Amino acid sequence: MSQLGREALLDAYEKMATIRAFEERLHEEIKTGEIPGFTHLYCGQEAAAVGVCAHLDDDDYIVSTHRGHGHCIAKGCDVVGMMKEIYGRADGLCKGKGGSMHIADVSVGMLGANGIVGAGAPLAVGAAISAKIDGRGKVSVAFSGDGACNQGTTFEAMNMAVVTRAPAIFVFENNHYSEHTGVDYAVGTAGDIASRAEAFGMKVWRADGCDFFATYDAMRDLLDHVRGGGGPAAIELDTERFYGHFEGDPQRYRGKGELDRIREQRDCLKAFRKTAGERGLLDAADLDAIDAKVAALIDRAVTEARAAPPPNPDDVHADVYVSY
Amino acid sequence: MAVMTIRDAINATLHQEMERDDSIIVLGEDVVGGMGTAGGPEAIGGIWGATGGLYAKFGADRVIDTPISESAIVGAAAGAALAGKRPVAELMFADFVGVSLDQLWNQMAKFRYMFGGKTRCPAVIRLIYGAGMNTAAQHSQSVYAMMTSIPGLKIALPATPADAKGLLTEALRGDDPVLFFEHKALFGAKGEVPDGEYRVPFGHARMVREGGDVTIVACGRMVNFAQKAADKLAEDGIGCDLIDLRSTSPMDEEAILDSVEETGRLVVVDESPPRCSLAADIAALASLKAFTALKAPPQMVTGLHTPIPFARELERAWLPSPAKIEEAVRTTLAFRS
Ligand SMILES: Cc1ncc(C[n+]2csc(CCOP(=O)(O)OP(=O)(O)O)c2C)c(N)n1
Repeated sequence: MSQLGREALLDAYEKMATIRAFEERLHEEIKTGEIPGFTHLYCGQEAAAVGVCAHLDDDDYIVSTHRGHGHCIAKGCDVVGMMKEIYGRADGLCKGKGGSMHIADVSVGMLGANGIVGAGAPLAVGAAISAKIDGRGKVSVAFSGDGACNQGTTFEAMNMAVVTRAPAIFVFENNHYSEHTGVDYAVGTAGDIASRAEAFGMKVWRADGCDFFATYDAMRDLLDHVRGGGGPAAIELDTERFYGHFEGDPQRYRGKGELDRIREQRDCLKAFRKTAGERGLLDAADLDAIDAKVAALIDRAVTEARAAPPPNPDDVHADVYVSY
Repeated sequence: MAVMTIRDAINATLHQEMERDDSIIVLGEDVVGGMGTAGGPEAIGGIWGATGGLYAKFGADRVIDTPISESAIVGAAAGAALAGKRPVAELMFADFVGVSLDQLWNQMAKFRYMFGGKTRCPAVIRLIYGAGMNTAAQHSQSVYAMMTSIPGLKIALPATPADAKGLLTEALRGDDPVLFFEHKALFGAKGEVPDGEYRVPFGHARMVREGGDVTIVACGRMVNFAQKAADKLAEDGIGCDLIDLRSTSPMDEEAILDSVEETGRLVVVDESPPRCSLAADIAALASLKAFTALKAPPQMVTGLHTPIPFARELERAWLPSPAKIEEAVRTTLAFRS
């Protein structure tokens, strides 16, 4: 059973609710045509990002994916700055250069979302090697999808982490789809990702990624192992995505009633409320207050992002190099 | 002749050629779409819609939906080609060549040469490229210039539906590896496409228009931009020769040089960063082989020496445009030595 204190529980819920509200709002705002480029929504997977990141400090690292908004918020990126970035504004978190797929904030240990599937795991191993050298108990987490686990980069990164005994953690969020292809088809081990990591010599965990408490508890055990010098580890989280692969995806690959069913039975926010209530951890009123606070934050983020100035075209040359 | 989009021309060509030649196979991520889902195969039919209907017609042996594994996709295409098949692999975004580069560059491109001419590697890699849709630094690049620098690869870039059919057919009938670049902003472009068998040989540029005052050389989407600029310039009585290269390796040097000999002025339009680019290559060609004909320094209209930015205002600043091409033409005409 989790030993989360009241403040930590409220914080976890707030992060999950922020991700949900951020994404639900993006889903609406994208229809206005004001948001450029591709957007991949994380909605439905909140418990995974927050269950993992609740254990991490600013000096632990994460490396994210193309579906990165949830990881960013869970790791503590500025939400208004993120919204501005997604709108392509000059004062967005990456000055409008990166957009939804490339949000990063090194100051909170968030080493970047990534447009290249499978690119994250090697980067995370590098950060883990650096953390090992520093010797301050920091860890580095690579978030990957079930699709990304098929890239050679991911395999190579897992083996290198094992060989170097770097404090790397591979979090596989299995939402059952890579774009429009099912996990059982694409992952040759009958869809089982954790067993692959195990074959590389890592200790592995499995948890229900739609259950914050289960994810949090498994991560605590996993981190005890890694921070205790037990070498790299992996966790496979069974989760769901509520929207299409990208915004605009008609989702013809879904089963009839599938989306209604997962929203009904696999909603991690509903599950959190239920568990927190049943265990007498939090009152519904506490959570309602957070929902209201989050709604106001997201309203402010969108209003500010809309009003924010666009980048100056002259700045297109800035930041290619530190010095040239 | 039927009027169709580039997307449909590619799809129809794949159908036609696969029917004719059963050694042709198609592979890539989501080229079938929906494998292993409740929606079933062909729920999507390719992210870009170019491979729709192939699975239903030719089945799982010949239309292979792959995991996300570009290195294995390109490598498998190379291996299958060595073993007698004609694979057509899709790289959903050209930027992902990075993931597959060894298989492309050290393997596929070099087999025939290294093996003393005793092999063929008739693999076609379709790469969807280009900026203009705010897909940012990792999904917008025009890597054709970089790929053109690799001996052993042929590089094709259709700008029209007819050329999409003609060049793809040529690629599928030839015995060399071909990188076939499709601009993501051109998939919906419509035009007349010849019926039946239609081939466009590589290394033969298309003369889009003749004007005699300035030579503009472009490829892919930049042909459309150059066409717009040439229309504007024509209003002021400035006549442009516009050459659509269609393939950059082999490249129709003769068409470029013939035109430059006549106009004495060259503007090259290239949707990639300027350093070591196609534009630089063609400017050098003119300087080396048409030096005495030149009345002004060649002009290059290219992207910038930066990664491609996300925000609309920044991407616009990055990209070549009809206005920038027009300006370059006026600059070369104003030159006095
Ligand atoms: C190297 C590379 N190949 C292909 C793509 C296109 N693409 C983007 S997301 C994606 C599916 C990723 O699936 P998964 O890892 O399961 O993550 P999910 O989308 O489910 O979060 C693909 C194929 C890419 N961005 N990068």
